[in-house]
Amino acid sequence: MKLSLGPVLYYWDKEQLGRFYSEMSALPLDVIYLGETVCSKRRAMGLDHWLGLGRELQAVSPAQIVLSSLTLIEAASELSSLRRLCDNGELLVEANDMGAVQYLAERKLPFVAGPALNLYNGHAVAKLLDCGMIRWVPPVECSATLIRAVLDQVAELGRALPQLEVFAYGHLPLAYSARCFTARAENRPKDDCQFCCINYPDGLALSSQEGQALFTLNGIQTMSAEVTNLLADYAGLQACGADLLRLSPRAQGMVEVVEAFARVRQGEAPPLCVDGCNGYWHGQAGMLRVEEAGLC
Amino acid sequence: MQLVCPAGNLPALKAAVRHGADAVYVGFRDDTNARHFAGLNMDDKQFDAAVAHIRQHQRKLYVAVNTYPQPQGWERWQRAVDRAADHGVDAMIAADPGVLGYAAERHPQLNLHLSVQGSATNARALAFYVQHYNIRRAVLPRVLSLAQVRQVAASATVPIEVFAFGSLCIMAEGRCHLSSYITGESPNLCGVCSPAKAVRWSEDAEGLSARLSEVLIDRYQPEEPAGYPTLCKGRFVVDGKRFHALEEPTSLDTLDLLPKLAAMGVEAVKIEGRQRSPAYVEQVTQVWRAALDAHRLAPQRFTVKDQWRQVLAGLSEGSQTTLGAYHRSWQ
Repeated sequence: MKLSLGPVLYYWDKEQLGRFYSEMSALPLDVIYLGETVCSKRRAMGLDHWLGLGRELQAVSPAQIVLSSLTLIEAASELSSLRRLCDNGELLVEANDMGAVQYLAERKLPFVAGPALNLYNGHAVAKLLDCGMIRWVPPVECSATLIRAVLDQVAELGRALPQLEVFAYGHLPLAYSARCFTARAENRPKDDCQFCCINYPDGLALSSQEGQALFTLNGIQTMSAEVTNLLADYAGLQACGADLLRLSPRAQGMVEVVEAFARVRQGEAPPLCVDGCNGYWHGQAGMLRVEEAGLC
Repeated sequence: MQLVCPAGNLPALKAAVRHGADAVYVGFRDDTNARHFAGLNMDDKQFDAAVAHIRQHQRKLYVAVNTYPQPQGWERWQRAVDRAADHGVDAMIAADPGVLGYAAERHPQLNLHLSVQGSATNARALAFYVQHYNIRRAVLPRVLSLAQVRQVAASATVPIEVFAFGSLCIMAEGRCHLSSYITGESPNLCGVCSPAKAVRWSEDAEGLSARLSEVLIDRYQPEEPAGYPTLCKGRFVVDGKRFHALEEPTSLDTLDLLPKLAAMGVEAVKIEGRQRSPAYVEQVTQVWRAALDAHRLAPQRFTVKDQWRQVLAGLSEGSQTTLGAYHRSWQ
């Protein structure tokens, strides 16, 4: 299985992004996704900056570079940015909205279907294959059983399977809103957010009144509080037919994460026990750690 | 503008018709629709009666088949589409590309509306559904500001329906897995959010606790009104502060925006609440019928009557209403 580095979901400044990707470029990653997928107001990096970064990475790393599109496209300005991104002329695009799918299909460009597209059955996947999808990242709430069933249904329809990429590590992106919850937590209106999410490079923790960690606020995106980690489920990922494992960036410790996955890929036995949740993969509530997987 | 009202059962449908709904939307009694709640929705016999009642009163009937099928349940969604088409309903409301594709191919005469669960928030996304499934209308998610609705309505090639009143999703519909993260069941796959079977109430010295899969969603003191523990409407702790970190219990009410929605060419306004009682449907339909009629007769003189506001506030979550995302300040 190949290893991919998902797009950075948080708002990091240019320097932090530069340091991060210079570290990542030395690691055994097969695909690196770049781009802003959460909030169009995060303007530290424009399309040209991302393309420039992509070229720099291509010069030093053998990884395929992919440009990820914004997920929630509301304003006309966001739509025109999306069009420019799809027309970038250099990099493969990850579509995170049907608007992106439509632009890319009209241009007959191949694309990655990101986890924010609602593809839950073989008929839906087949339609996107018609539109140019070459790789499928299922919605994060899909179980191994469901993903396998979808691919079997695609095969029954007589279609060649897309590459399968599974979200295997990181805070799970769970929801998108018109409202910015980081600004709300700071009592700021969204229109005058002062880009406050830049102060939370790993998001802002939300817990229950009993102190149970529930979610991570990341601007208009709500993520899981728990980090999902499917390293102990490596055999199951292989059996499911995963071609790529997506590791979603965090501000700290990503080198160790990539190296841990890379070691298992090279033949080291997967750990019996890792921190993190894996409920979705096993068809349970996402926040759970499923004991039969040997997680503790 | 057309008034589209919800019905979770036959009495609600009759109330909607009696009080002036132009169209009523219903679901079948299974997980093919996004209000898959115990005791709700229509079995075969009730659906037959609903069709007959709608025909007799010359209104429109829409059927929501708007969840996302998994491969092992695919036939159930096919049957739901066939049933809707065979009864000659006026439209089927759907979100899944597979379901839409099946309907468009098998039943080309069936009008298709893109469900809010399709999460199409821009004209290009709508163009996808128009091109591939020839949808005749699209319901916009409740995340757009009024200016954005105007832009989408002006640039889309398909008529637009917007939510006018009812419970408010704070997240873009179709793009929220919060419920499955906590309970294992999601709107997209199971047609439920914060399912009732996961709810547990308990009372102790600290107050009345509302839990979802044992996660504390909110805790109320004796003087505080307690609401259903929809997980995005609980009080949580962020940075040491306890508050409604995502959303207060409140309902969307857009009576004030009616003239603007009409001016931008919105084709239909939708009332949320198939899970609500016939009395709710009756009262909301009455108010909105009166408002739409008043606006149609004298658009320049349209004002929102206090009595309308009072009725709607009484039916709202937490007795509060909001303009929601339509008003930028809410965002």
